[in-house]
Parts: sequence; C-alpha cells; structure tokens
Amino acid sequence: MKKSAINLSFAFLGGLVLLFIVAPLLGMVFSTPLSTLFSTAQETEVQQSIWLTIWISMASTLVFSILAIPLAYLLARYSFPLKNMVLGIIDLPIVIPHSAAGIALLGFISRDTVIGKAAGAFGFNLIGSPVAIALAMAFVSIPFLINAAREGFASVPVRLEKAALNLGASPARVFFTISLPLAWRSIVTGLVMMFARGMSEFGAVVIVAYHPMVAPVLIFDRFNAFGLKYARPAALLFILVSLVVFITIRLLAVKRKKDA
Amino acid sequence: MLKLTNISKRWEGFTLKDITLTVGKGDYFILLGPSGAGKSVLLEVIAGLIAPDGGDITLNDANITHLKIQERDIGLVFQDLALFPHLNVHHNIGYPLYRKGYKSREVNRRVVELAQELGISHLLKRFPPTLSGGEQQRVALARTLALNPSLLLLDEPLSSLDVERKVEIRRLLRDLNRKGQTIVHVTHDYEEAIALGNRIAIINNGAIEQIGSPQEVFGKPTSSFVAGFGGVRNFFKISISKSEDSKFMKARVNENLSFYLQSDDEGNGYAMIPENEIVITHDKPGTETLNTFPGTVIDIYPHRFGCEVVVDIGEKIFAIMASTQLQAIHASIGSKVWVSFQENSTIFIKSS
Repeated sequence: MKKSAINLSFAFLGGLVLLFIVAPLLGMVFSTPLSTLFSTAQETEVQQSIWLTIWISMASTLVFSILAIPLAYLLARYSFPLKNMVLGIIDLPIVIPHSAAGIALLGFISRDTVIGKAAGAFGFNLIGSPVAIALAMAFVSIPFLINAAREGFASVPVRLEKAALNLGASPARVFFTISLPLAWRSIVTGLVMMFARGMSEFGAVVIVAYHPMVAPVLIFDRFNAFGLKYARPAALLFILVSLVVFITIRLLAVKRKKDA
Repeated sequence: MLKLTNISKRWEGFTLKDITLTVGKGDYFILLGPSGAGKSVLLEVIAGLIAPDGGDITLNDANITHLKIQERDIGLVFQDLALFPHLNVHHNIGYPLYRKGYKSREVNRRVVELAQELGISHLLKRFPPTLSGGEQQRVALARTLALNPSLLLLDEPLSSLDVERKVEIRRLLRDLNRKGQTIVHVTHDYEEAIALGNRIAIINNGAIEQIGSPQEVFGKPTSSFVAGFGGVRNFFKISISKSEDSKFMKARVNENLSFYLQSDDEGNGYAMIPENEIVITHDKPGTETLNTFPGTVIDIYPHRFGCEVVVDIGEKIFAIMASTQLQAIHASIGSKVWVSFQENSTIFIKSS
C-alpha cells in the first residue's frame, strides 16, 4: 500500500474502529480470572444454558433453511410483480427493534391465538418453550440466510443450468446438482450468520421465553440479579464457546465443499 | 430430420424473421453469419432454451416446438462450453448418463469410452478450470455426445482456439459427422464453414439470406452480403442486354456504370469480378478490353498478397496489387488511375 497521507489517516481511523471492537472484549478477558472461568464452566445451569442456545439455534437454522433456500433461489432467478416489496419484507426483521419483534411474535403464538390454541389442543404451551425460542431466533436471523443464499444463487451462471437441462436433467436435478453446490459457499456463510445471529439473540427471545434460559438471557439475568462481576465469566465463556463452534462449522463446511 | 418452418422470435432488441430451413440426416449444416446476426439465438430456439414467438420445429417428423428442453434429443455445445466447474471431467461427461437409467458401472464404461474417442482419457480426474481451451472443448463435446443426441448443435466451437487446436477439433468434428452424426454448427468464420459444411445457410440481421451447398452459396451468391462473406468484394447487381457495338453483352450496374461481359444469358442477375482480375494503371491501357474506366483511388489497405486498392469508378471497385506494382504507378489515395478488366473475367449469376 502506498504510504500517502490519506492512506495513513484511513489506517489510523480503521485502527480506532478495530480497537473499539476488540478493547471491551479484551478487557473482559483480562478482568476474568481463569479459576472463575473454570468454576463457571462447571455450573450445570451455565452448561445447560449454552447447550440449549446452541442446539435451538442450530435446529432453528436447519428447519428454516428448508423454507429460506428455495425462496432465495426464486428471488435470484425470477422477476415478478412486487419483488422489491418482498425483498423489503425479508429485511424487515433487521431494522425493527428486536424487543418489538418479540412482542409481535408473542401476539402470534400466545394461548389466545389460533396457533396457540392449536398447540394447546395437544397439551403444549408455546410460550416459554424451545419452539418459541427457535421461532424468535429464526425471526430475527432469517434475513441473513436468505440474502446470502440469494446472492450465491445469483452468482451461478444461468447458462450452466440451461446446459444441465439440455443434458437431460430435470429442473429438480439441476437445482440439487448444479445450482445448490455452486451457491454452497454463500449458503454456508448465510447458515453460519443465521446460526450466530440466532445464538446471540436476546431481545426477541426474552419476551417469548425467559425460561428455559438461553445464554444471552442467563447473562442478563445474572447481571440484573448479581451485577457485572458475576455475569462476566458466563459472558466470556459463551463468547469462547461461540467462537469455537463457528470456526469448526466453517472449517467443516469449506472442507466438505472442497472434497465434493 | 430437422425442419424449421417460419420460426420468428423477438429477443433483446432484435428479431429472428421467418426462418425456414431443413437439415437432412447426416448433414454437416453450417449457419454462417456475422456477430449479432441471430445465429446463437436460433440455435437456442432449436435446443428449446428459448421459446419461439411463432413457427414450428420438427425433428424426425415429430413436432418438438413446445417440447421440454430435456426431452428434445438435441445436444448443444455452448460457445462458452458451460462445463460444470465443481465436477471433474469424469462427472461432467457422465452427467447426462444418470438420467438415462445407466448404472454406475455402465456410466463409467461409457465415460471411459467417450474419453478415449476424444483423446481425453488422461484428464478424467481434472477439474474444468485447470484445462486448456482445446481440452475443455473436447470435454464439452464428450459430455454432449454422451447424450447420444439425434442432432448435435455447436455454437462457435472453434472461436476461442489457437490455430493448432482448431485443426485438431475440425478433424474431430469431421470424423464425428462421417460416423453419421448430424451437426448444425454456428460460426462467423467463412473458412471454417467451407472446411466443414456440406450445406450452408447464410444468416444476417435475423433472416436467412441464402441456403445451399458451399459451391452453390459462394459460387452463386444472391446478395452482396453473401458475396462479401465469400471474400468477393466486386459484386454488382446488374441487368444485361445484347450490345449493338460489340460481340459481348452489356451489363448495366447503374446510370454511371456499365461494362461488357461474356454471357449467353440476358436479364437480371449478379456479376462477380475477382479482385485479382482488376488491373490498375496510371495511363489509359490499350484496346485489348472494352472495360476501361477512369477513377480515383479512395483507399489502400495492406493485404497478405500486397495491397488492396479501392477505386471509385462510379461504384467502388477493389483490386489486389503487389506493393511494387503500386509504387510503379505512383498511386496513393486521391490519385487518378485507370481500371480495366477482361470481359471474360466476370462471372454472371442469373437471378432465379
């Protein structure tokens, strides 16, 4: 890079941004003794909470991907009336306050709604259930998957799909053998983003399910009840576990793609 | 075998107009035309990738106009080849075979067979982006041939290859055709058309200008466009009549230009005067020909045999001269010169 004055000032400003992100996290690392971290990690409540967060977010991501990926494909390949409105609707969960999203969702699944009554008929209360948590996580995180997958599909040349059709493949086979594998990298990015966003969701989840406690709610609960010192080790532990999970998923996904 | 009847299509700012043609079984049919003439669109219409606005497509007596792409029994090799970058050569070639209900072992056998036929056995484990242009071309051909299509469509298959690879692939295509494969091949290259086709259709601006054997099309072009494609620069629409003052016939191009030619026919038609039959001199030539015209040099281009000189004699006339000849007559752009050609050097094509 040329050492011009403008580049140096950009580097300085960029450095400040990086510091802004890293400093609080490092601060948390340095002010948490290792022994406290270990003892927090051994608490059943913390372990259950982190495990709950991971599996619900993963299940929510996988279930909703079955709906989101076909929609992303349609959006990438076809033009239709009101397409821009559909795109706007998809981005809506990103721009609205997540507590508001939680309230909206609550109104949708509470006992006096059609869905709530239907669940109640089977003796199941959605509020405060893992299903409610999964719905809240999906609601706020699904735009990340749809948008990434849409870009992935859009980058697959239509010509390759036409060639596959010409070679006798059915449209379904074209999708599964050409479009999906070629958009795979973007889809994985979307899945990881959706999973990560779901895991870290607090605002919408806390409204539909305070219990069972997912990790962000647990951290808030500890902070609210006992203060910063007690909440910090749980927060740090959750960050570390999240990092390990994401890096592992990414590496596995990329490796699988390379092997394919 | 393949019959197109009045195919029309309005497509991204241009139109295919009433395309009617027939390709016989075993033909090597060339669609020759400049870029943007509509060749590739026509090919995609035949393959079913684009639906025509009107007209019918019949293959082996069955109307396939509205048949799905994957049910047409037509293989298309795209200009950009469209190899699947995430599949190795083996899986690219084998791709069409799974649909046909082949078992894994049969797919392997067929892929190996095709790879041997096309000389790419050593590439089976490689991925398309790592292959050279010629290798990719062979893989694309093998993949399409795996379909065992009734009709093979090739969209500019040689355009991205160097001269050596072109010769190789031409040989390959000729061999395929000799084995009975019917081929429709799109190109903008006259030499390619002559080298491969047994029938040629010239397409320009979305319409067919002329169809026939290469000899018919380039020996008797019916438009200056077709003549130009065949490398004939001096092509005139003429009407000829008996001459009162000469044993030759008089050909009238327009008010400004008439010349004499040898012909037994009268009426309307076209005249072709080979460029190397045109003589350019500084002074008026002797009386050995009636066709002598004063003119002005309007352009001079380098040419592989020297120079191409364009002279305005009421119409543009093109001549090929050695550079030394040109220097000898001190001709440059704007020079006044004399143009002459023999009466029997002109080829007359009577309008049908």
